[in-house]
Amino acid sequence: MDVNVRLFAAPREAVGTNELTVTLPDGATVAELIQQLTEAHPVLKAYVRFLSVAVNRAYVGQQTELHDGDEVALLPPVGGG
Amino acid sequence: MDDTRNRCEVTQAPISADEVIVRLIEPAVGAVVTFVGVVRGQTEGRRTLHLEYEAYPSMAEQTLRQIGDEIQGRWPSIRQVAIVHRVGRLAVGQTAVVIALSAAHRAETFDALRYAIDRLKEITPIWKKEVFVDGEAEWRSEE
Repeated sequence: MDVNVRLFAAPREAVGTNELTVTLPDGATVAELIQQLTEAHPVLKAYVRFLSVAVNRAYVGQQTELHDGDEVALLPPVGGG
Repeated sequence: MDDTRNRCEVTQAPISADEVIVRLIEPAVGAVVTFVGVVRGQTEGRRTLHLEYEAYPSMAEQTLRQIGDEIQGRWPSIRQVAIVHRVGRLAVGQTAVVIALSAAHRAETFDALRYAIDRLKEITPIWKKEVFVDGEAEWRSEE
């Protein structure tokens, strides 16, 4: 299955893109996606422990199971206002 | 959700508190409170050149509407909630966010307004990069 990963702010700048398509085994979790992403983009390792994750625009936990076509956003600490 | 009671958006365009307040005026309203967040010219003694705001727009607007819904759940006297956040490059002195709440009477409006800005800073997927006059830049969060 494929998921669409969106990056913002510092990790976006570090990776050099705001969007990635990642192919995962069926039933993969958020944690497994992040593991695969950090192997492909080691520069992400510095940010991983600060990231929140949203799937289809809702905050989720690391054990959330992903589905084909999900939009997964890696959200660094927010700073609006 | 009734959209006419909860008006939230993320925009690239300049925003004005007056324009947001006008959206909330109706005969039943006797009080409007507003918070206006403005780009400050210095942080911890360093002079700021400008801020660059970035959003996850679809989730940010959904989150702002959620904050409006939370407010109306906690304080039923609040009639309407409008939260408008600007993104892109903002110069010192420009308005980054306007939050406006309306009610028949002022009683609960101040508590609800404080909740709105605190919650925005906690959960809304918007980021800011502060660019300093000395050429350095850093992403800033509330921590």
